[in-house]
Amino acid sequence: MTAKVITIVSGKGGVGKTTSVANIAVALAARGQKVTCIDGDIGLRNLDVVLGLENRIVYDLVDVIEGRCRLRQAMIRDKRLSELYLIPAAQTRDKTAVSPSDMVRLCDELRPEVDWIIIDSPAGIERGFKNAIAAADQVLVMTNPEVSAVRDADRVIGLLEAEGKGPGALIINRLNPVMVRRGDMLSVEDVLDLLAIDLIGIVPEDEYVVVASNKGLPLALEGKNKAGQAFQNIARRLMGEKVPFLDFDTLNVFQRLLGRK
Amino acid sequence: MMAFLFRRKKSANSAKERLQLVLIHDRTDLSPTQLESLKDDLIQTISRHIDIDPTAVSINVARDGREQRLVADIPLKSATRRRAR
Repeated sequence: MTAKVITIVSGKGGVGKTTSVANIAVALAARGQKVTCIDGDIGLRNLDVVLGLENRIVYDLVDVIEGRCRLRQAMIRDKRLSELYLIPAAQTRDKTAVSPSDMVRLCDELRPEVDWIIIDSPAGIERGFKNAIAAADQVLVMTNPEVSAVRDADRVIGLLEAEGKGPGALIINRLNPVMVRRGDMLSVEDVLDLLAIDLIGIVPEDEYVVVASNKGLPLALEGKNKAGQAFQNIARRLMGEKVPFLDFDTLNVFQRLLGRK
Repeated sequence: MMAFLFRRKKSANSAKERLQLVLIHDRTDLSPTQLESLKDDLIQTISRHIDIDPTAVSINVARDGREQRLVADIPLKSATRRRAR
């Protein structure tokens, strides 16, 4: 096994990086892949709660890097999916506790053990971002269809190109098809025209994302909701499958039945 | 009724137009003032060699995928017109 290292970045905070990392990792593991996700947001640990693994943390990323434990000891195994692991971020340290070369070394040690390493980048473009992309084979840039998120995504794509990690593939999260149709939200085509990079996923806005994170039960575990399905499609595309993008016309009908928000 | 007919511009269109301008500036780090002074320099230099109408010169940053290019349109005055003068 030689893992492919995927890092999810956005520049702007709050666009849904952590949720995506959790759900893409879950979707890959559900397809029989061996996956380790790494929370790169040192000091603001969150991937553990989204995955529902917060009560099982003993060691973290910084413990591994500073040699207080072996890599294996910091890998928390998910009980629902036996081939899914999490290396949590340290909560009481900051980004300077890790360097880009530490991340490369850690991922190199992990590569023979798993199929995928998925890294959650912190918001921003400083040290934490550089750590998160250092070992990446592919970077997924996440944005929302709104001005500030698109602008920051563009900045991040420019930085990725400068670091030789670009251009990356785009995930558009929280798309509201009803608003797009009304002309009150940038469409997928608008965002692609502005950012000019390849698309790997469109995730519709879905209340169930909040419900799932409340429960610590990633929504990609169930295939019933549109957002979960979108994440499963991203996982399949990462595995090389050609999957058509979700049809939002049927979604519109569905949402109209539920009543407009 | 009239208000309904003359509806406001769709907000998504404003978002896209504003982003197009902001991204060009972000990507090139070229402010409108710098572009203006570049234009003046260019007009001066070209005028030393050939007759042009400074008011007709336009210089813009055009977007082509993730590449930006500087596009200058500099109409030349025709030689016959110059001779007749």
